[in-house]
Amino acid sequence: MSYIKKPRVHHPGLTRNRLGLTRRDYEGTMSTLCAGCGHDSITAAIIEAFWELEIAPHEVAKTSGIGCSGKTPTYFLKEAHGFNGVHGRMPSITTGAHAANRELVCIGVSGDGDSLSIGMGQFAHVVRRNVDMLYIIENNGVYGLTKGQFSASADVGSTAKRGQVNREHPIDSVLLSLNLGAGFVARSFSGDKEQLVPIIQAGLRHRGFALIDIISPCVTFNDHRGSTKSYQYTRDNYNQLVYADFVPPAEEIATSFEAGDVRSVAMHDGSRIAFRKVPEDYDPTDRDQVYSYIRGRQQAGEVATGLLYVEPAPREATDAVDFHGIHGTVDEPLSNYPFEDLCPGADALEKLQKRFR
Amino acid sequence: MLKPTDTRNPDHYHRVVDCQWGCPAHTNVPEYIRLIANGQYTESYLLNRKSNIFPGILGRTCDRPCEPVCRRVRLDGEPVAICRLKRVASDLRDDITGFLPAIPEEKNGKRIACIGAGCASLTVANDLLPLGYEVTIFEKLAKPGGLMWTNIPEFRLPAKVLWEEIDYVLDMGVDLRLNSPIDSLAALLEEDYDAFFIGSGAPKGKELNLPGRWDSEQIHIGIEWLESVRFGHIDRCGDRVLVIGVGNTAMDCCRTAQRLGASDVKVMARKTKPHFKASPWELEDAIEEQVEILENHSPSRFIIEDGKVVAMEFDLVTWHPGENGRLRAEKLGSKIIECDEVILAIGQDTAFPWIERDIGIDFNKWDMPIVDKTTFMTSRPGVFMGGDAAWGPENIIWGVEHGHQAAISIHAWSEGRPLTDRPPEGMNLISQKMGLHEWSYSNDYDEAERVKMRHVDLQERFKRLDIEVEEGFDIEQTLTEVERCLNCDMQTHFEANLCIECDACIDICPLDCLTITHNGTEEEVTRRLTAPLLNYPDQPLFVSEALPQTGRIMFKDEDLCIHCGLCAERCPTAAWDMRKSDLLVPYAGLAAGELHAGMSIMDLALNGGTAGGELAGTGAASTGAGTG
Repeated sequence: MSYIKKPRVHHPGLTRNRLGLTRRDYEGTMSTLCAGCGHDSITAAIIEAFWELEIAPHEVAKTSGIGCSGKTPTYFLKEAHGFNGVHGRMPSITTGAHAANRELVCIGVSGDGDSLSIGMGQFAHVVRRNVDMLYIIENNGVYGLTKGQFSASADVGSTAKRGQVNREHPIDSVLLSLNLGAGFVARSFSGDKEQLVPIIQAGLRHRGFALIDIISPCVTFNDHRGSTKSYQYTRDNYNQLVYADFVPPAEEIATSFEAGDVRSVAMHDGSRIAFRKVPEDYDPTDRDQVYSYIRGRQQAGEVATGLLYVEPAPREATDAVDFHGIHGTVDEPLSNYPFEDLCPGADALEKLQKRFR
Repeated sequence: MLKPTDTRNPDHYHRVVDCQWGCPAHTNVPEYIRLIANGQYTESYLLNRKSNIFPGILGRTCDRPCEPVCRRVRLDGEPVAICRLKRVASDLRDDITGFLPAIPEEKNGKRIACIGAGCASLTVANDLLPLGYEVTIFEKLAKPGGLMWTNIPEFRLPAKVLWEEIDYVLDMGVDLRLNSPIDSLAALLEEDYDAFFIGSGAPKGKELNLPGRWDSEQIHIGIEWLESVRFGHIDRCGDRVLVIGVGNTAMDCCRTAQRLGASDVKVMARKTKPHFKASPWELEDAIEEQVEILENHSPSRFIIEDGKVVAMEFDLVTWHPGENGRLRAEKLGSKIIECDEVILAIGQDTAFPWIERDIGIDFNKWDMPIVDKTTFMTSRPGVFMGGDAAWGPENIIWGVEHGHQAAISIHAWSEGRPLTDRPPEGMNLISQKMGLHEWSYSNDYDEAERVKMRHVDLQERFKRLDIEVEEGFDIEQTLTEVERCLNCDMQTHFEANLCIECDACIDICPLDCLTITHNGTEEEVTRRLTAPLLNYPDQPLFVSEALPQTGRIMFKDEDLCIHCGLCAERCPTAAWDMRKSDLLVPYAGLAAGELHAGMSIMDLALNGGTAGGELAGTGAASTGAGTG
């Protein structure tokens, strides 16, 4: 944290998007996290992604649970709706918000503790329900806010800051969400914005649940030699498996790539993801293949990153079902209806109950 | 591939301090502004005086080369009021005589003759007297000070301020010979001096040889007229006055004329406002006093009746681009403007009728003596020159700097050392970290607008010639203005080997100064920067060594950095640190950072805690103990 606020003065070359906003207009308050925290870089990437996508901050709901990750939504989009929920319960809050107003752009920020320990059940079910949201796990392998105990994503054999060795098996959110049927699964690194920003953009534009697990080194408790979530370890074992560019609807896929080199996947709103440099034996739209490929890379000691899996969209109407599709809700956001229309009142409840007496 | 920046070379960080880099004398502006902010006016004055022996005079009259280059201009359009803050330090200081260098009783046996008692000669005396030299200054007028005295009206520069600062030097023991014009340099050279310094200025006003010029006594040369006013020979003027020319002397002339009873003063300009030579603030002050400035009037003749000038005729012109980028005038018509008096203020020249051309001093084709720009020596060994005399009219601060440099040369000359071995500059670089998020200086960006100088009421100020128009900043104005300074000497110092490439500094930087990217050609790198370079290469681009984890490079565009220190606060490994760069400037007999023997504790503190002489002759930057 700092005693002064980030001054508002900015570079005269700062550009405005079509809403007339600069990147600085997408910032939040000053971070109070440790200096050098990976979470702050992710915040900067989120700011960049929203600004470039020209999403108005007031059309966004940002939610979080508890932990260092829980603090981060304060640091971006200060004019967005926000809710800092109970530990591990961010998925419920987001589900509620999105149920009430399906037009909200929902971004939930969680951590490895918040999602893979106390919030594991909530996490599994929000994937299952395919709530239309971008779910970010800021994954640092420790409980930073309680001074560095191992979290559920810590690798076997990695050590805590004071030398204790972790013996428990990690939960991998990427493999887990592939298993649970997520339609958009990515892993990235806070220290690589070139990769991260387009993935966040694609995740925001994906209809349905999108997961990005982001290695985000805890500079205070997990950036040492025995860590497998440090800046150094991540860089040493980094494997950018696929290069994904986000291409907005109006734009052509850049022609600078070799024709056979680019594979384009369409998204529901007309935007596309352009995959580059994909290994020959890798198909980012084949769930089973992706699963085994990532397992293989892990066993080889690599941190496979990139937009690893995306559902070929659009699916047929019968199964193109996010949360609202499954429940057949009306197109108009429920929040636009008057209260009386949504709640029949005490008399109606009385009538209903009579039927069961 | 771009090469890593050598931050140990004092020039790199010096360039970042735009005001200090822009000042010919390299005055340490940010430090003296902080001292003012702290209420340490005496210390601030003394710090100023190290590089500029006339802080009070220049706090009112400087041409301010520091202000147009101030970083604040590039951020919000208005520089810090550096010059007027200097005046605050001067106005509010205590007696400083106890802090002036002691003059040795025992002399070193060397005698120096200076010609002209202006800013350059006085600086030479100031630098040489503490070393045991005997300095004689020959002045043709009845008072010392040169153009500072004769040409700057008292409503801009009160006599008390002028004499006080001149006396500091004279009281060191100058042998001042007033009313002693030098008619023959050859004769003076015969006398028993070890070296000679010519600081005789540019005392000859330019002529305007048009029909009628010599037929009336009411046509004056500006600088001569101002001098006559100063000495009381002229105490009134005609009702309608035309001032020809639109430089700073013209501004002084027109404003003086108004105080001597003129009711209709017109400044006649041949070109349009963008081409005016006067400083913008001096123009503003004249306009505030209802002086009329007429553009595109090119004088063609004086109209004389009965030996008195009654009008002038002007060509009305418009300007077109001509050859070699010069403008070409096209005459559109002519106009007669009535007047009672005309003052010519179209420039001034040096004049050396008293320098014989056969004594070894070479002159160029414009009849200017040839002076070495580094050593300030003429082609005759032992004869030095500086100030306006050397290369024509400049501002006082240039004269002061020439004096410092000439003194270094004269000292070397007297000791028989080569003049071209200039003592190198040095630098102290000291961490300013006081706590986790605390720096020794006020690091927040203050959005305040430049404070406007208050002026004496328009009616009141014309009552006498010596009413100073500018009232100076009061405490509240001072406290606002000092906070506008960005402390550009508080350098963002980077140690590449400590960086873990977490991006924290890049994300927090409000001005998008920082980029981590792969090295490449200048063109490639500049394309990949977080924000476009706006003033490169005038403003330096810092290039780090390769970073340990990825081999990429940290780049910093120094152009718009506000020195808020957030990069250093957000840095987990202290790869970034805020370090104060203190440029150590050598003077005659003093290596960079060295002090005169017996100088006070206060002066030591002003040197950033350096013991005198530590850096003597090394030229290398000493890196102070950082907190790491």
